[in-house]
Amino acid sequence: MENRIRHARTHITRNEDLIFERTSPGKSGVELPPLDVPSVSAAEVLGADLHRDEIEGFPEVSELEVIRHFTRLSTWNYGVDTGLYPLGSCTMKYNPRVNEVVARLEGLASDHPYAPESLTQGCLRVLYETARCLAEITGMDAVSLQPAAGAQGELTGILMIRACLAERGNPRKYILIPDSAHGTNPASVTISGYEVCNIKSNTQGCVDLAELDRAMTEDVAGLMLTNPNTLGIFEVQIREICELIHARGGLVYMDGANMNALVGIARPADFGVDVMHLNLHKTFTTPHGGGGPGSGPVAVKHFLEPYLPTPVIEQVADGTYRLNHNRPKSIGRVRAFYGNFGMAARALADILANGPEGLRQTTEDAVLNANYVMTRLKDLYDLPYDQPCMHECVFSDRRQAARGVRTMDIAKRLIDYGFHPYTTAFPLIVAGALMIEPTESASKAELDGFIEAMRSIAQEIEEDPQFVLKAPYSTRVSRLDEATAARKPVLRWKP
Amino acid sequence: MYPQEFLYSKDHEWIRVDENIGTIGITDYAQKELGDIVFVELPKVGDHVTAKESFGTVESVKAVSEIYSPVDGDVVAANAKVQASPELLNADPHGDAWLIRVRLEDRSDLEGLMTAEEYEAYISQEKAH
Amino acid sequence: MRYLPNSPAERAAMLEAAGHRSIEELFQQIPENLKLRGQLNLPGPLSEPEILEFFRQAASQSSRECVSLLGAGAYTHYRPVAIDALLSRGEFFTAYTPYQAELAQGTLQAMFEFQTLMTQLTGMEVANASLYDGSTATTEAVLMALRITGREKVIVARTLHPEYRQVLATYVRHQGIEAAEIPYAPSGQADLSQLEAALTPETAAVVVQSPNFMGALEPIRQIAELAHQHGALSIVSITEPLSLGIIQPPREADIVCGEAQSFGVPVAYGGPYVGFLSCREKFLRQMPGRLVGQTTDSQGRRGFVLTLATREQHIRREKATSNICTNQSLCALAATIYLCLLGKKGLKALAEHNLAKAHYAAEQLRAVPGVSTPFSAPFFNEFVVKIPGDAEGLLAALREEKIIGGLNLERFYPELQNHVLVCVTETVSREVIDRMHEAYRRFQARANSQRSAAEIHSASVGRD
Repeated sequence: MENRIRHARTHITRNEDLIFERTSPGKSGVELPPLDVPSVSAAEVLGADLHRDEIEGFPEVSELEVIRHFTRLSTWNYGVDTGLYPLGSCTMKYNPRVNEVVARLEGLASDHPYAPESLTQGCLRVLYETARCLAEITGMDAVSLQPAAGAQGELTGILMIRACLAERGNPRKYILIPDSAHGTNPASVTISGYEVCNIKSNTQGCVDLAELDRAMTEDVAGLMLTNPNTLGIFEVQIREICELIHARGGLVYMDGANMNALVGIARPADFGVDVMHLNLHKTFTTPHGGGGPGSGPVAVKHFLEPYLPTPVIEQVADGTYRLNHNRPKSIGRVRAFYGNFGMAARALADILANGPEGLRQTTEDAVLNANYVMTRLKDLYDLPYDQPCMHECVFSDRRQAARGVRTMDIAKRLIDYGFHPYTTAFPLIVAGALMIEPTESASKAELDGFIEAMRSIAQEIEEDPQFVLKAPYSTRVSRLDEATAARKPVLRWKP
Repeated sequence: MYPQEFLYSKDHEWIRVDENIGTIGITDYAQKELGDIVFVELPKVGDHVTAKESFGTVESVKAVSEIYSPVDGDVVAANAKVQASPELLNADPHGDAWLIRVRLEDRSDLEGLMTAEEYEAYISQEKAH
Repeated sequence: MRYLPNSPAERAAMLEAAGHRSIEELFQQIPENLKLRGQLNLPGPLSEPEILEFFRQAASQSSRECVSLLGAGAYTHYRPVAIDALLSRGEFFTAYTPYQAELAQGTLQAMFEFQTLMTQLTGMEVANASLYDGSTATTEAVLMALRITGREKVIVARTLHPEYRQVLATYVRHQGIEAAEIPYAPSGQADLSQLEAALTPETAAVVVQSPNFMGALEPIRQIAELAHQHGALSIVSITEPLSLGIIQPPREADIVCGEAQSFGVPVAYGGPYVGFLSCREKFLRQMPGRLVGQTTDSQGRRGFVLTLATREQHIRREKATSNICTNQSLCALAATIYLCLLGKKGLKALAEHNLAKAHYAAEQLRAVPGVSTPFSAPFFNEFVVKIPGDAEGLLAALREEKIIGGLNLERFYPELQNHVLVCVTETVSREVIDRMHEAYRRFQARANSQRSAAEIHSASVGRD
């Protein structure tokens, strides 16, 4: 197979054992200052049976070894800093460095959540301002930063719907969810004590109004939808959808995962949405960190404000901030303390850096990038919904499947070309989906490299599908045996 | 390909009836769709299964499938070999990797099921989608 | 905008290639009446120096000039600088969830190490790759126990962190679950006789925290025994896992969960933190959250993958064990680095320092007339003092000394008026403890003289 790979080359990276395999007794990576109070005998103070002599198997390494260990591990990872991450629905955009600096400032990184409010005005201000900006961006009336991630935000939102309808006399039994929805949606619904009712999408991949009409009864509390949907297509009938739901006494929850297509262009409040969540780790640049932490604030219309998690942050007449715990209609807490403050600080820094013009330009670039990729690949990859997309586009592997190659195989071969794969096999309504969201953080050159790689792979599949099936070839590990990992799980090191 | 002596359900289970004992498993089509099977959850001897209701799950790395009983009955045996080595379900879904045996209550449950020919026609339709 | 990598010329070229004449055309699918008119009313754009100035301003209005003796679920410990040096590597913090294992072996191996460290600390057989925080980890442990036992009642100690109890209530409210609370005994520990009385064949789990919210170590062996006698699971939540450096882990428990923020994660006004959950192997398939497993590739090389994903939301959907989509990977990485730096000896030494400082402080405060430590149970680095005076007044006096003296327990336990929860970690110097002691004495002296004056006054009034 002639080497058509232009944007990547292999390079030596060091192997690295598990830290426990590098251990040697007597070493430590930290030295403590001398104890300035009398020492106490743990056995005496705690009781001999409660006293722990040592932690078996715990590592003993020097600071240098810790630095080398984790540095080597890091060289095995791909990050946004490395290059394009075209994962659909994840919004893998640039994580600005100034955000990292501000979140670490002493005074912001060190304040205790129970410190007196007079001494934590800076933190309160950051939370308050972040909430205010997010309310403005969404057009909603109030925001809570308490939910730790998008999934928790969903749970919070559905619980608020329940509380509101219960106060009106009947919480009802079902929540409608389109079959294109993200997996967290139905899981969150179940925890709230509702049952999921799936509704089928229409041929455009959008909510089918006729289906909705049939499904929306007096037993349905509301609809959870994502807009743009998971195909990257805007729900053009969103107003009619909301009106229908509202007319029959229900409420509308919007999953804000795809806000990167809307910021500065349109506001969910204007669609008729009653409650929604945002993903700070998607739209608002907070880093993915290898899988977290995220942050999933909820934004609501004013009639839902009383139900927000406790406490809420308020500004009083003299301009200072306080925490209000006196919230009798609140759904309670979804977590201890106030939310992922560190992520709010980062998001606020990003909003300040952009201002309204920057945020709008960001959205425009995100949508342009996705359309560019879509146009340049649609002759080779099947496009089930051939219309301009928003911030992401979805192909199917139908053509390549005829040669025995599926979306996951194409994704693995893409790795050899130096790019992280797109999202495979989601959304479920497209068979063999390739979901691509370049975000605005991709130069034309980067996109051209990706397009070239995808085009080359399509040709490889024509010429030698077997070759593609065994990719990747250039990584430190080849395809891993996931079946054995699940059949005989090994989840920890043992001596 | 598909044993003549079995009857088949739309959810890709098969049943072989000997007198009043039904042996139930999943079809070759089902195991192929699931991929490498990693875990099987089955009921215990003495449990009751109901026609068209789930009695267990089959898990692959990426998917979980409910297994639906074609008939009503009491479980008289659950295949411990399959539970210990789920990969058997990929290797021999129609033979060694049967899942449960039940004592049938009502043979009329069998009427809605398909013959081997009907099942083969059914799955070639599914594949066309 | 400096974060955007395309020039006007590049945008124009892409627009043309995409077959559009203008950017507006790209947004045609949004109905006109739904589009925003004008710009968002937001501050900015700010240059980098201006952004820093904004946040420095905010940071100056903080408690950073004070020494904090607050614990209560969030612990101030020294963070070795190597942690941020490593965390700041873009390959770690800008990486995605490791679904494509070939490109994420760094994250996966680190999480495997985290899982291992947590099992070593807790004495359990398996641990997941972290959850949002201690409060949700504890809630998830309860949901696990409900699934495992098929029962519908839970017993929760009143000495479990009050906000953890609130979170649990929020999660179980609509699932028909009953959570009963048992009080604490005079020792400060969960009341075992009340626990025994509360246990029924319907109890799925008993939940305690150790060290508990009062700082007291719970008698885990007895609690687990009682729970097991009734077929219930024993759940232990640990908010200060540094204690596991010198205290035996709750090996008799079934699920050990809690908060690993103490390990290299900043206090950061409440988050992000990192929950952990570990348990016996037999409960593995009921565990929520991500799990990293060891396996091999086609060449037989060792590698790591996310495994047992079928428990999770993206596959089970409404039948998922939880709705969690994320772990707290970067925070878990911080904890892993921290624990590797400290290691076997370092963690033990640090725990001993905490123990010594807290016990010294308790002794010093007990020496102040009228001040007592009402709970007799052994404690690690947190304890309760009772003062014969106004706790708010005392804490205000301490603030004059730039000391945040602790948490006024009345906030969460109205029955405990004038009790303060004091946490003393290695970050509190002897000098501060001694100054605090002096401040307590002065406060008591003032309070005494005021009381004496009042007594004299009322006595004299009475005489007239």
